[in-house]
Amino acid sequence: MDPIKKEDVEHLATLSRIELTPTEAEDFAKDITNILGYVSEIKDMTGEETSEKKVGALFNVFREDGEPHEAGKYTEDLLALAPERQGQYIKVKKILDSSK
Amino acid sequence: MTIRSLRKKFLEGTYTPLHAYEEMRSVIDTRDGDIHAFLHVYDDAREAAIEATRRYTEEGDRAPMLLGIPTAVKNNILIKGKNATAGSKILENYVAPYDATVIARMKSEGLVFMGDTNLDEFAMGSSTENSAFGVTKNPIDLTRVPGGSSGGSGAAVAMGASVIALGTDTGGSVRLPASFCGIVGYKPTYGAVSRSGLIAMGSSLDQAGIFANTVDDAEIVFNVISGKDPLDATTIGPETYGTIPLKETYRIGVPRDFLRKGMDNDVLAVFEDTIKKLAEEGHEVVDVSLPLMERGLAAYYIVMPAEVSSNLARYDGVRFGLKAEGDNLLQDYRKTRAAGFGAEVKRRIILGTYVLSAGYYDAFYGKAEETRHMMRAELAEVYKTVDLIMTPTAPTPAYKIGEKADPLSMYLGDIFTVPINLTGVPAMSLPSGVVLREGISLPVGVQYIAPLGGDARLFDFGKKFHDD
Repeated sequence: MDPIKKEDVEHLATLSRIELTPTEAEDFAKDITNILGYVSEIKDMTGEETSEKKVGALFNVFREDGEPHEAGKYTEDLLALAPERQGQYIKVKKILDSSK
Repeated sequence: MTIRSLRKKFLEGTYTPLHAYEEMRSVIDTRDGDIHAFLHVYDDAREAAIEATRRYTEEGDRAPMLLGIPTAVKNNILIKGKNATAGSKILENYVAPYDATVIARMKSEGLVFMGDTNLDEFAMGSSTENSAFGVTKNPIDLTRVPGGSSGGSGAAVAMGASVIALGTDTGGSVRLPASFCGIVGYKPTYGAVSRSGLIAMGSSLDQAGIFANTVDDAEIVFNVISGKDPLDATTIGPETYGTIPLKETYRIGVPRDFLRKGMDNDVLAVFEDTIKKLAEEGHEVVDVSLPLMERGLAAYYIVMPAEVSSNLARYDGVRFGLKAEGDNLLQDYRKTRAAGFGAEVKRRIILGTYVLSAGYYDAFYGKAEETRHMMRAELAEVYKTVDLIMTPTAPTPAYKIGEKADPLSMYLGDIFTVPINLTGVPAMSLPSGVVLREGISLPVGVQYIAPLGGDARLFDFGKKFHDD
């Protein structure tokens, strides 16, 4: 199969929300080309018509939507882990830029 | 040192949990500077050992089976109030807000937690060289890797710093270190043990696993940590796969075609020798054909990175973990993940993003999942004629630190272990012999594989063949 290019890796990194250095992008292009070269043997598998593309031995597991814990029981423990908070909120930068 | 022999002494009072703690702590203090099995050594273990000692005098043989037994825990399993790093800078300062189910069950038995152990970052690796906090060395030969990703837990038991240890096994991460360190490594049937509180890597593959000196010890721990858990919807009960009967002697299949030419000759000799020993003890060893097993590695290195790319999306610098500042929210994400993840984690996230992207999904991920289903069917068919299947655990003994710099060459070492996680069956690595390298005897493991739900059968076989 065609080798993965540095630009392809940069695009995938954007989708994955990872900033890469040019050297990393170069190295990963080479590594991923090698790995895909190996795993591509999977394409020759002639899957049976009946085989299903689902993950694991699947069955649904439901439970009654009851017995909630008391409100706020874990709030402080979990908020304490946030890098930035304001009172009872986790603080993030604004997503919509109102100046534009 | 085994659980039963220690317990006997604890009950007699000739040797107490405090003695055991002090003995193992001194092993850590003298040897772990070189080996680096532990990321954190717990000073509060002493109080737990004192409490266990007190309880034995009070409760006698009513005391829980594992009371006072020193244990180590891979640092991707949450222990409330302790730092759970998963071997990653992105979780360097993360303090677990709750106990994993396996930990809660161990705490109710009163085990003594000696500390938590090093691992490849987010359990991604086969050598414990990929940790953000340094390499763990093999206690048998400090120039070699202990195997991975649960290398710290394997080394802890092998060096005598704990009687048992917990690891996680997504593609061999308990069985490989067990093989390289010369101890027992157990990977349960998928769903037998709760994943609640395990830092996720590949959720359809991950299972908590056990390191021990004997199969009996592994079984005792398994019986404590296994069972249905409302916090993990994939946990199974005894009814899920029905009873897999125990036997006096077992019929064991060897997938001959699967023993590739690339295997180390000395390892192969240990494997052949083990077959002879099995026959001498009355087990029947026969050849079986499992042509799809060989495809397991390719399917695994598609399915696993796909799941990794989704699971690790949660590390965004917003709710917990490291945060790096950018000009806007998107830059925050990108810089946080650039600074927090190591090379192998980035590589797998990007590979996973590729195999899941439109245009490639059917060719890669779709085919890999189909292969997985066909592998399950193939195994089920073979288990109509045999009770267990055996393979080497790894194609080589422990290799030198730094020897496998290229990712693909590292992946090839997982050839025998990944089909197990893809199909969900239970498997166990037993120390089976040694090979000589540079004057040092390096241990070699053999892997035994049971049908789904056949954990009790593996333990029964292992106790007869290994422990006795």
